[in-house]
Amino acid sequence: MIHENWNGFNGGLWQDEINVRDFIQTNYKEYCGDDSFLSGATERTDSLMAKVQELFRQERAKGGVLDIDTETVSSLTSYAPGYIDKENEIIVGMQTDSPLKRGVNPFGGIRMARQACAAYGYKLSDKVEQEFMFRTTHNDGVFRAYTDEMRAARRSHVITGLPDAYGRGRIIGDYRRVALYGVNRLIEAKKVDKAAIGQGDFNTETTRQTEELFQQITFLGFMKEMAAMYGYDISEPAKDAREAIQWTYFAYLASIKEQNGAAMSLGRVSTFFDIYIERDIANGTLTEKEAQELMDDFVIKLRIARHLRTQEYNELFGGDPMWITEAVGGMGEDGRSLVTKNSFRLLNTLYTLGSSPEPNITILWSTSLPEGFKRFCAKVSVDTDSIQYENDDVMRPIYGDDYAIACCVSAMKIGKQMQFFGARCNLAKLLLIALNGGYDTSSEMHIGPQMSVIEGTSLDFDSVMKRFDKYIEWLMHLYVNTMNVIHYMHDKYAYEKTQMALHDTDVERFMAFGIAGLSVVADSLSAIKYAKVRPIRNTNGYIEGFETIGEFPKFGNDDDRVDLIAKDMTHKVITELRKTPTYKNAIHTLSVLTITSNVMYGKNTAATPDGRGDGEPFAPGANPMHNREENGALASLNSVAKISYDDCRDGVSNTFSITPDTLGHTDEERYSNLVSILDGYFSKKAHHINVNVMNRETLLKAYENPEEYPNLTIRVSGYAVNFNKLSREQQREVISRTFHEAM
Amino acid sequence: MLRIHSIQSLGTVDGPGVRFVIFLQGCHLRCKCCHNPDTWDMNAGKEMSPSELFEKVKRYKEYFGTDGGITLSGGEPLLQSKDAYELLALCKEEVINTCVDTSGAVMNEDVKKLLSVTDRVLLYIKYTNDEDYRRNVGCPMHPVIEFLGYLDKLSVATTLRQVIIPTLNDTEENILKLKQIRDEYSCVDSVELLAFHKICETKYQNMGIDFPLADTPEPTKDLMNKLNMML
Repeated sequence: MIHENWNGFNGGLWQDEINVRDFIQTNYKEYCGDDSFLSGATERTDSLMAKVQELFRQERAKGGVLDIDTETVSSLTSYAPGYIDKENEIIVGMQTDSPLKRGVNPFGGIRMARQACAAYGYKLSDKVEQEFMFRTTHNDGVFRAYTDEMRAARRSHVITGLPDAYGRGRIIGDYRRVALYGVNRLIEAKKVDKAAIGQGDFNTETTRQTEELFQQITFLGFMKEMAAMYGYDISEPAKDAREAIQWTYFAYLASIKEQNGAAMSLGRVSTFFDIYIERDIANGTLTEKEAQELMDDFVIKLRIARHLRTQEYNELFGGDPMWITEAVGGMGEDGRSLVTKNSFRLLNTLYTLGSSPEPNITILWSTSLPEGFKRFCAKVSVDTDSIQYENDDVMRPIYGDDYAIACCVSAMKIGKQMQFFGARCNLAKLLLIALNGGYDTSSEMHIGPQMSVIEGTSLDFDSVMKRFDKYIEWLMHLYVNTMNVIHYMHDKYAYEKTQMALHDTDVERFMAFGIAGLSVVADSLSAIKYAKVRPIRNTNGYIEGFETIGEFPKFGNDDDRVDLIAKDMTHKVITELRKTPTYKNAIHTLSVLTITSNVMYGKNTAATPDGRGDGEPFAPGANPMHNREENGALASLNSVAKISYDDCRDGVSNTFSITPDTLGHTDEERYSNLVSILDGYFSKKAHHINVNVMNRETLLKAYENPEEYPNLTIRVSGYAVNFNKLSREQQREVISRTFHEAM
Repeated sequence: MLRIHSIQSLGTVDGPGVRFVIFLQGCHLRCKCCHNPDTWDMNAGKEMSPSELFEKVKRYKEYFGTDGGITLSGGEPLLQSKDAYELLALCKEEVINTCVDTSGAVMNEDVKKLLSVTDRVLLYIKYTNDEDYRRNVGCPMHPVIEFLGYLDKLSVATTLRQVIIPTLNDTEENILKLKQIRDEYSCVDSVELLAFHKICETKYQNMGIDFPLADTPEPTKDLMNKLNMML
């Protein structure tokens, strides 16, 4: 097939089938130079951004939510077009009819929509209440099917944060397809798929798939209507760079109007856009300055995306995140890097528009990336603390060279794989429940296999492990079953038709499980093994604390005695999870990631044998516990690098903070040292790192005088936040983390 | 066996690139500006064999890039030259860059052997005249200059370092002399001026000894810039 809007592109497979990767591979131009070609912000961009900053200020002043439309249920065409400054916007489209005004999306659960409105002083309108009075939401469905044990696990917080009351998210539509093919072609392809299924046998699965395809096709139609409201016809392929960005953005916008999933990630669009930009520049219709302006306007749109959340949700996922994750860089299967000039332009928005947590810029790092790009990434980290790094060299062999990251660390082939998000279970709490024979002292609930409290004046490692294994076995079975209920119901009542329309019809699915408190468990087991741990029993005979005597190796010091306990623990968990079949035969995966929920998990967990007190926060993700690292930063990195990506295919998150002076004397030294650290860490097959280069004092000042630091961005656990948007408790926890500092 | 004070797996200010820094225990000098009084005691710290330490160093090789490597600091590493040689020789075999951070006031056959496997020496020239040395370090200056002469003979790349302490050596005259030394010895390829700071005061307090420079001010940024410009 040919299309006149494709003139100037190299032809290939991508013309005859939906295949964005092939288009990229046959057309992109690798860039191996440095950042000297980049342009700054134009006057137009500056003035538009000033308006946005003012809106942010008002939003902060109003307690975090500027406005809520309580009358309308969010969908693709339910709001009139919205603008920041119509005449001066190059890329258009807004979630509601006004910037930062949040829509309500009750499909996950009407109660949550109601609570979220109330939390900010609004009342969900009777109109919406009535509309949903006789409608089953995802949340309704889940609670109809939950067993008593599932409810108990949830209530005791041994499994927390499950997407049973909010959209699951973590699905990345291949938004680029709309730009490359136009919506009509995508509808055609889906119709062909639907007809093909009709030729086979009808059963539960094919009937459902047929209905889903009907929904996908319908919503592709709505997407066209939505674009038409803004004056664009997206039926046909984009004809230039501006249209390519606009079309792609419309596809993304349609998805966040339809769904309020926890993480609504973008994918991998920068190098795709670069092909259009290069064509326009070659045609003489676009300058470098204008190319940057296009990217700036696109990113401004991403920065004002919002969802309405409950307070309970904010406790888990602090800082009002959207996880508009954009994967940048990485290597191609043919040995060329996927770095283009537009990879630089995207990073450059952190200068042209100032630092920001969104979009969640994720560098797919390979030791083979061009040096100029590596240095620029390091510079951006040192200057803005806004980006994260993930190991392309361990992911590419599994996902190929057209994968992206959903949320923080979840890799998937774009348009070909999706995941069923599953939050995490609390491994530290589970250890305590095991010691107490099926009793949780925090929630005062009996849960899990019931047996006597472990005996003895000091804990014996082998008997503890034997018992712990039993409880792991129990919880992982329950965890998979609970997830199966959730995702069945999510598909039934809140199916992501817009995003799934931008996937192949046959997708591969992951079911992503998670654990919190890994370093607490590793250190606790190390204490039991290498020191003397005496349980302190309360009057009912339950263990409510520990006296730990003597030294023991601690995770974060590159000491195999404890690091391998952590590694073995993840292996044990995923092995147990795999024993229970999943909904839709999804592939079991595991992450060691907490977002900001490490604070809440800690709050609900009694004292542990490692010396952590009752209610104290866990370390985030796979981080060693704060200030237990005695051998410096690289030893800490080496410990985390030992957690195997083979066991944790959904990611291993590490958040790393270092003071500028520890990274080097001069800026140039800091950049090159950071590059060396990243090369080293990822050569060790580590998966992920958030980098903060800052002094604790800066955070302390921002804690005391937030108004003086309105845009202070910090990486927390797989994403970045505006420091001011964290709760006081979350802020204190971030301040207490290890800041690597040399003596 | 080497007597170790501590290990810093990420050092970026003691030699080029990313460095694994081993702080050796024990020092015979008592510099007034010393910021690691906890490394003085020759009997403190813990013992580790060169091969044991080498196994640790190797775990960080991937981070060293083209410039980084291992740095022996202290304490005074030259006091443990015999075993330090063993460690650095093993590193050289693995093509790991080696640095020694020293006051240069020790010279013997073991030291010479150690220098034969040292890629770079970070030499603290504390002062530029004998009188200041005797008063503020407790040793004469000539051994340090002789040490530098030996480095020159061996062509060991050398960075001269000096801590700038207001009232003691923050004069232009001192910097001019430092320049003179730099120009006289062709092994010297760089000079680093470090600002005196007092964050070590708590260490002195914890050890129950007086910090001799407690009343000395830290140098201003302007002063540091001015002196750096002279080099």
